[in-house]
Amino acid sequence: MTDGTDHQPMPIDVANFDDPHLQVAAVDPERAERAIAVYFFIGMVGMGVFGAAYWQNWKPWTLGLSLGVGLFFIGFGLSAWGKYLMPQGPFTEARHALHSSLAERDAIAAALTERTGVVVRRRSMLLGLLGAGLGIFGIAGLGFPLLRSLGPLPGKALTKTNWRKGSLLVDGNGRAIHRDEIDPGGLVTVFPAGYENNDATLAIDQTVLIRAQTGPLVTEPGRATWAPDGYVAYSKLCTHAGCPVGLYEKELRLLVCPCHQSMFNIDNGAVPQFGPAPRPLPQLPLYIDESGFLRSQSGFDQPVGPGYFER
Amino acid sequence: MSPVPIPRTKREATEARGPYGRVGQIIGELDDRLGVAKGGRTFLDKIFPDHWSFMLGEIALYSFVVLIATGIFLTLYYEPSQTQLIYHGAYVPLRGQRVTAAYASTVDLSFSVRAGLLMRQMHHWAADVFLGSIVIHMARIFFTGAFRKPRELNWTIGMTLLVLSLSNGFIGYSLPDDLISGTGLRILFSIVLSIPFVGTYIAFFLFGGNYPGTIIIDRLYIIHVLILPAIIAGLIGAHLFLLVRQKHTQFPGGGRTEDNVIGSPMYPTFMAKTTGYLFMVTAAITLLGGLAQINPIWQFGQYQADKISYAVQPDWYMGWLDGALRIMPSWEFTAFGHTIPFVVLLPSVVFPGLIFTLCYAWPAIERRFTGDNEIHHLLDRPRDRPKRTAAGAAMIALMFVLLGASATDVLANFFQVSLNEVLWTFRILVLVVPPLVGIFVWRICIEMQGGGADIGKRKRAVLMSRSATGEYTTVPTAPQPDDEHDELEPIPVPVHIDLEPSGNGSDDSGVRTVTR
Repeated sequence: MTDGTDHQPMPIDVANFDDPHLQVAAVDPERAERAIAVYFFIGMVGMGVFGAAYWQNWKPWTLGLSLGVGLFFIGFGLSAWGKYLMPQGPFTEARHALHSSLAERDAIAAALTERTGVVVRRRSMLLGLLGAGLGIFGIAGLGFPLLRSLGPLPGKALTKTNWRKGSLLVDGNGRAIHRDEIDPGGLVTVFPAGYENNDATLAIDQTVLIRAQTGPLVTEPGRATWAPDGYVAYSKLCTHAGCPVGLYEKELRLLVCPCHQSMFNIDNGAVPQFGPAPRPLPQLPLYIDESGFLRSQSGFDQPVGPGYFER
Repeated sequence: MSPVPIPRTKREATEARGPYGRVGQIIGELDDRLGVAKGGRTFLDKIFPDHWSFMLGEIALYSFVVLIATGIFLTLYYEPSQTQLIYHGAYVPLRGQRVTAAYASTVDLSFSVRAGLLMRQMHHWAADVFLGSIVIHMARIFFTGAFRKPRELNWTIGMTLLVLSLSNGFIGYSLPDDLISGTGLRILFSIVLSIPFVGTYIAFFLFGGNYPGTIIIDRLYIIHVLILPAIIAGLIGAHLFLLVRQKHTQFPGGGRTEDNVIGSPMYPTFMAKTTGYLFMVTAAITLLGGLAQINPIWQFGQYQADKISYAVQPDWYMGWLDGALRIMPSWEFTAFGHTIPFVVLLPSVVFPGLIFTLCYAWPAIERRFTGDNEIHHLLDRPRDRPKRTAAGAAMIALMFVLLGASATDVLANFFQVSLNEVLWTFRILVLVVPPLVGIFVWRICIEMQGGGADIGKRKRAVLMSRSATGEYTTVPTAPQPDDEHDELEPIPVPVHIDLEPSGNGSDDSGVRTVTR
């Protein structure tokens, strides 16, 4: 109200100053005020120390401690002010029903149904065409670009590794593995030569090479030649959730996945002995070339890693 | 209202302001344009019930404020990119190693940026506090029946906030591209792969190709800092709007009925208390961020697809999912040239889907069983609804068992027992504990109902004395000043709640009138 001329004397609200509702909650308001003043002062000091700590680039914990103490005491003081030095109440407010009158409900329902009857249902052909247009827009105009542009179709990407017939086994630094190099019990993560630093395929190519023993190891019938000199190679991708099977329990001859503790026995084709893994780790058939370096006889005979629908 | 001439002199200006000075003038100008006076007054008088459990949602709100503030700081330094580079930054042990820009920038913002480590740790702690307070807040809502009509929609919004916040928490700790978070992304990829028919497609679209691809960090970043926070902020706005529109629930007693709200007014009492609370929540997160190390990614190292570390665990709020994944038997179904890995699909897709659906649907389920379609503004005491309380307790028990199951390896190591025994223990516990807890809680509720009407009221202290022969007698003490004092009858918030009468005019009865 900005017009002063019609501003008559008027009572705004009844408020009796002796009303206990309007008294502060503190028993001793003076003491409460002093205490809150102390809190605010500590808060100020905390903030000041934080400023100095930041300015002087002190250690992170001094920043956290000073800022935390400063914030806490400012907040504590403010809350105490609200709790002890403001009218204690209790105050009430009426709760009104949210719903409208029945007539108002009927009015909107009638407007919706009747107007719909007039303008929409009698034009069902138009409605159908509009719906079809919007549907096609949804699929072709929104769905395709939003989804299909995001990535390529899976195709054979989940099945294909870079292991081929004759692939040279190399470690992460590209060094080939000689037959005399690893003692029994030793382990190295290997990749097909040329792909050891390929971030796109390293995840699926990773293979763990273990010198299980000195003589050839037959992990399963039909795999007589797969582990020459006791060198056995399994895909390093856990068949459960795809973590690298990174732990090797030498005494138990178990490969262990640290994520969900699946354990694979290296002597019998990495059949899961424990944990949630549903399948053995695929084994890579190896041979030793004429210079004494380890190579793969072929790729894996099955998809590596966790299960999926098209597998 | 007639147009008001613009005042020309200082005196005219002072007169035009009226009895409330500049404040009155500003209110007047705003009210001319926006019509805020009436609604604004109602808002200042809005009543907030006083109960400690109503602060839980405030913790969530204020930790979200901290998340936004510290998150903005982090975006100024973090680089969402999987581009490989050789590290030359401040952290000496890492120099010369091949890292991604995401990892290098996270390490550098921790060590080279002033207050960077504090901000990063505060951000991480705030996320943990945010999720924790949401869960406890929801438990309060659940056990007191605050979700009942008319508040089902706000329960739904709250559930959605929980799901989105869980997702954004997971995405957030995946961004540094360190060894532990990268492993989490690898598992996420496998989980998506396990979905029949569409899994491989969704996984390839999400990661832009086969795992790991080159773009997932960039994508998660924009989801983490823009898309999900925008939705969360919007839903928080809707959550609070509904709270104001429907007004607070309250516990019965002390004159509180279905037709009123009793408590403190918005201004100044509640505003002072809650602003103080904002500062205290921020203080707690700051102290945690400054004093308690969290997610020291420089110790974990750069993520590489062929590397892994021991005791890989997610943040606590994802633990129940990890636990479920661990204790699931190794079932995989293959037929007609297709594979369905139930071992991943059931615990990681179907199970959380069921849990969240159950939570979303709870108000409808309960309405169906009780046939109660009334409007409720008064809260239940948990003991008065033993079945609901038992169901909630069983759910919490299930979550805790699963959280424990996510530490099978650590527990086996700690107690020096075989992993096999720990695993089977949890497989049994997860089936046995929730029903047992449910029955136990149900019994307790029934017992407590028999406690009489005065249960929960403050009792006067009694003295207990033992005679020489060993008999006990109780002697009531004299009433203390604060015992059983009469509660004041609540009154509407008056305009004048200052304590000293001003010179503006006040008649004998203390009624104040404003004269102009």
